[in-house]
This record gives sequence, C-alpha cells and structure tokens, in this order.
Amino acid sequence: MTTLPPPSTRKLGLVIDLDTCVGCHACVISCKGWNTENYGAPLSDMDAYGAQPEGTFLNRVHSFEVTRDAAPPMVVHFPKSCLHCDDAPCVTVCPTGASYKRVEDGIVLVNETDCIGCGLCAWACPYGAREMDGAEKVMKKCTLCVDRIYNENLPERDREPACVRTCPAGARHFGDLGDPQSAVSQLVFERGGFDLMPEQGTRPVNKYLPPRGRDTLQMPDLASLCETPATSQTADTQASGFLGWLDRALEKL
Amino acid sequence: MHPAPSLILFTVLSGMGFGLLVWLGLGLRAPTGLAAFILFGLGYGLAGAGLIAAAFHLGHPERALKAFSQWRSSWLSREAVLSAATLAVMAPHAAASVFMDMPLPLLGWLGAALALATIFATAMIYAQIRAVPRWHHWSTPPVFVLAALAGGAVLAAQQTLALWLMLALGLAMIVHWVLGDQRFALARSDTGTATGLGRLGRVRLLEPPHSGRNYLLREMVHVVGRKHARKLRVIALVLGVVLPVIVLLLPAGYVIVLIALLAHIAGMLAQRWLFFAEAEHVVGLYYGKR
Repeated sequence: MTTLPPPSTRKLGLVIDLDTCVGCHACVISCKGWNTENYGAPLSDMDAYGAQPEGTFLNRVHSFEVTRDAAPPMVVHFPKSCLHCDDAPCVTVCPTGASYKRVEDGIVLVNETDCIGCGLCAWACPYGAREMDGAEKVMKKCTLCVDRIYNENLPERDREPACVRTCPAGARHFGDLGDPQSAVSQLVFERGGFDLMPEQGTRPVNKYLPPRGRDTLQMPDLASLCETPATSQTADTQASGFLGWLDRALEKL
Repeated sequence: MHPAPSLILFTVLSGMGFGLLVWLGLGLRAPTGLAAFILFGLGYGLAGAGLIAAAFHLGHPERALKAFSQWRSSWLSREAVLSAATLAVMAPHAAASVFMDMPLPLLGWLGAALALATIFATAMIYAQIRAVPRWHHWSTPPVFVLAALAGGAVLAAQQTLALWLMLALGLAMIVHWVLGDQRFALARSDTGTATGLGRLGRVRLLEPPHSGRNYLLREMVHVVGRKHARKLRVIALVLGVVLPVIVLLLPAGYVIVLIALLAHIAGMLAQRWLFFAEAEHVVGLYYGKR
C-alpha cells in the first residue's frame, strides 16, 4: 500500500559525519558490491568498457566547496543515499504499491516484482536517491541493507549496512533515530545534526553532522588571489540527431 | 526535466481525446449514425492511443494492470482508473448513438464528468511533485484542462465554444509561464539547503560524484530546448492559441476547423515540450546544474 503508515517509533537510518568523511568512495563501492550480489536485481553498468560508461548506484559521494567570509574555503565530501523520509513523497506517488515504507522500522523499500518502471518516484524524490536500473528497468534504491541488518547468518559485527561497515574513516553511523537515547540520536544532539532540504517537507530520518570549526590562521583572503574561472555553459548542451537539428533550427529563427 | 516524446504526444493527444469525450458526453454535440461513429471513434482513438503510448513508456508494460491498485494515494493510479472508467461508461452512450440513433444522456453526463476528472488527474501527476517547483503550483491543472477542452471543442467543430476556450487557454499558459518563472526561487531550495552547508558560507560543487552521465542527469537535468524558451513560448502561443482564434472567427466550415486543429496541435506540442524542458528539478542542485 502506498499510503504512508503512521510514523513508526523505530526509525532506522544513517548519520553521516561531514567532518570525518575523506571522500574515498569506499562506501559507494561496497554498497554496489553488496547490492549487486544480494537482494533484488543487480546494479547494472551500461557501456562499461565503452566511451560513455554509466551505472546504477544507490550511494554517491559529491564534493562541495564552501567559501566562507574571513576564513579559508573548505572542501566537504558529501555522501548521499536514500534518507528514508518520514513523509516520503516517492512512496505516495507509486501507482502499483511497489514502493512502501515499512511499519516496523521505517525503511523505504521497492518491491521489484510490482515495479512497472514508470519513474515517477524518482521524479518525486528531491534528493536523487532513486535510480532506474538500465538493464532491469525497475527502480533501485538504498535498502539500508535490510538483508544484512537482520541477517542471523552474518557475524553480529557485520549486521549493519555495507557502507557503514566499510567506511575506513568512521564517518557513517547506523542506528535507531526514533530512540532519543540511542548512540546515533545522542551524536545528532551533541553535534547539531541537520536535515537536507527541510523546506521540501520530507522529514528525512537520516541526519548529517556539520564540519567542525577549523583552526584559524592569519592568512590573506585566498579567493582574492585568484580570478574566478569563466564557467563553461555550452560544453554539455550540444545535442545530436533530431534534437540537434531542432536546436539549430530554433537558433536560426 | 527530460521532454520524452512519448509523454508529450500522450499528454497532448489523449488530452484532446478526453476533451472531445467531455463535449460528446455532455451532448453539446449529439451526433448519430456515421457522424457519431467518426466523432466517438476520434475520441476513443486519441484517448486510447495516448494510453497505449504511455504504457509503452514504462519499463515493464506487462505489469501495467497493477497501476489500477493505488488510487487512494497516487494520482497516476487515479488517472489509470478514471481513464478506464471513462471509456467503459461512455461505451453504451457511444454505441447507442452510432447504431440506434439514440444517445443515452445519463451515461453521457457521467462519462463527461469522468473524462474531465481524467484530464485533471493527468495534470495532478505533475502538479503534485514538490521537487519540481514550476509544476507544483495551482496554475498547472488549468493549462492541462483548458488545452484538452479547447482541443476537444475544435474536434467537435464547436467554433464559438472553441474560440472562448482558446482565449482562456492562452491566458492560463501565460499565467503558468510568468508565475512559473518565480517558482524555483520561492521554493527556497539552493545548494546551501541541499547540502546543509549554507550556514557556513557559499556552497558550490567542486567534484561531481561520477565523470559520466547517469539516470538522474538524463531524466531530471535537461538543458537543451530551455535556451530557446522565449521563442518556443511565442511559437506555442501563436500556433496554439492566436492562429486558431483568428481562423475560428472566419465563417464556419470544415477546412477552417482543420486548419485551426493542426495549428493548435503544433502549438500544444511546443507548449508541452517547454512544460518539461523548462521544469527544473531540485536534484540538479547536487550537480551544480538546474
């Protein structure tokens, strides 16, 4: 059923420490590894050895630069996966009931045998957490490694999401964010954890911890020493084929 | 958003088909015999062809029947249910008009209401998506509903009605464009809120997560076509509304209606292209694009 259940008391999720993340992408690879070999359709790569390779990933690491007033700029590595929102807009738009939010722990999942591959849930997600698999044509998303965290065949220390288990920097934490006494909730409280795009009204379960303050040095304003490079707008806007023709025809008008 | 040709054709043609069924159901034009066969055939043909085109747009069309199940929460499911109900309820009315020269007004009115609801549901599929601020606005449904009703009125050769609906459509399109241009800023989402780092300073993407393309970029970060927005708006308005209105002011005749129809369809294709191409999804903020 794609109507959302009443908020669960148990809210499993991740807390990602933007201060500690070193941007190594190990979580990206371990996620792809586990989720290709286990539950659901494998995460395919298209044109893997060709000129334009691309693939399905459930977790990706962006890197951002923060320019600050009166302080050196900061580079922040930023892992992003499904935030298992309390008000998940991806769930309610699903026409088939393939997308659902679990009553018992709040994990948002896709039942792949019911998915018709319409892509509407990916449109509804503000975070880009869902990707349609290029080979299987069903929607893929982070399962919070639901097939690890309850898996009694695994040693207990492995019963956490693959990304958390593999992170060499300890930047990823897994736990129950519905329990104010849990280690992750305490961490969010102490470090001032925040939501992504709260204005979108999704009420994410996953939280992010801000970078800690840096040492302050007596330095000149670095930004003033270099000119901003001219941003190239046109490089990736060239289309070929019919679109290209349309583009050129409209240009001439 | 990526302007998929199948979606553009589906929303324009099937919208017109359901618009025609609204007028045929209301009995504004109550054809019988061969005329009824042609008009109902046109309505069913356009509505049905659009639905089939939309089904083939799916990754797994063989599971399409499952889409009838979640009408409680999903506008896409509601659209499927309402469109099927329209075609089913309207069928006896159409058959009686064609074969027995005896329209069934009660079923016709019910069918017309369902057809109108179908068009509204199509619009709400887009208007419900908060992550695309331009669509998430009250001005989206009027464009879809008026386009369908105006196109349907032209198909039904109701020149006076079509004329007024065209003028209303033109106004709705302009309102949707002008207010839509401010929607992204009003949504208050930027790279700062997307990353939560805005409180520290100005945020920009330094390195994307991957060097190639991916599903998200192809589907939701589309920039070709947007740079011609102003020209396409003029084309959509002139072909879709102004030209049909001028032609419809001329004395009645089938050639007049045909010219108005063709211009209107071309204009609406341009309008629908822009509807997708101009729509910016907030996920672009994570990629330094909009």
